[in-house]
Amino acid sequence: MPEAVVPDVRIQAHDFDIAAEVNRLTENRADIGAVVTFSGLCRDEQGALSALELEHYPGMAEAEIGRIAAQAVKRWPLQGLTVIHRHGRIRPGENIVLVVAASAHRQAAFEAANFLMDFLKSRAPFWKKEHRVDGSEGGWVEAKEADKEAADRWKE
Amino acid sequence: MATRLIYFAWVRERIGKPEEDVDLPVGVETVADLLRWLKSRGEEYEHALQYPEVIRVAINQEHVRHEEKIGGAREIALFPPMTGG
Repeated sequence: MPEAVVPDVRIQAHDFDIAAEVNRLTENRADIGAVVTFSGLCRDEQGALSALELEHYPGMAEAEIGRIAAQAVKRWPLQGLTVIHRHGRIRPGENIVLVVAASAHRQAAFEAANFLMDFLKSRAPFWKKEHRVDGSEGGWVEAKEADKEAADRWKE
Repeated sequence: MATRLIYFAWVRERIGKPEEDVDLPVGVETVADLLRWLKSRGEEYEHALQYPEVIRVAINQEHVRHEEKIGGAREIALFPPMTGG
């Protein structure tokens, strides 16, 4: 029996290093054949956005992403899974979220990373507020129906 | 027993505080009852909970539906649909 993978979930204000996170999963082993990384960045919305403020629910953010990651590990044969989500003020061009899924074969890694992002969007307790270049508060970003539908398609 | 209520994003802004401890009155049994009771507590609550069906709720840091029983919840959070990722 292979050892069960324990997902690495981190909620943090500071940036992450994608290459270092991939290396952390793959170093000193030779059984991984596929690593899929997804990183989400802050867009500038055609120059109108100066920053996003990401509010989160401390404690539940870790717990909820942990629950989603645990489902992914049960559903796909993964050899490693890392999820990092930032909070606080994030400027255009900066990283917001990272998912790294490692597996023997590509399909499991692709699907697990996709699943993680779809569920994280509609279930992880984070809220984005826009700050505009003109100094005004752009207000809270509204949840998209498409994100909910994206999560629903994973129902077995 | 006091229950801690925690608010996030525009729910927090409209109510005007991040959290509070309340004694739930007799008759508040479900999440829907809680939302109805809170809404009657003043203008700021009325503003925040005008459309209760859009409000998401977590009990002890887990998502719940509005028909869920509150039981002896220590911590109940109210927030808008999430927009992380």
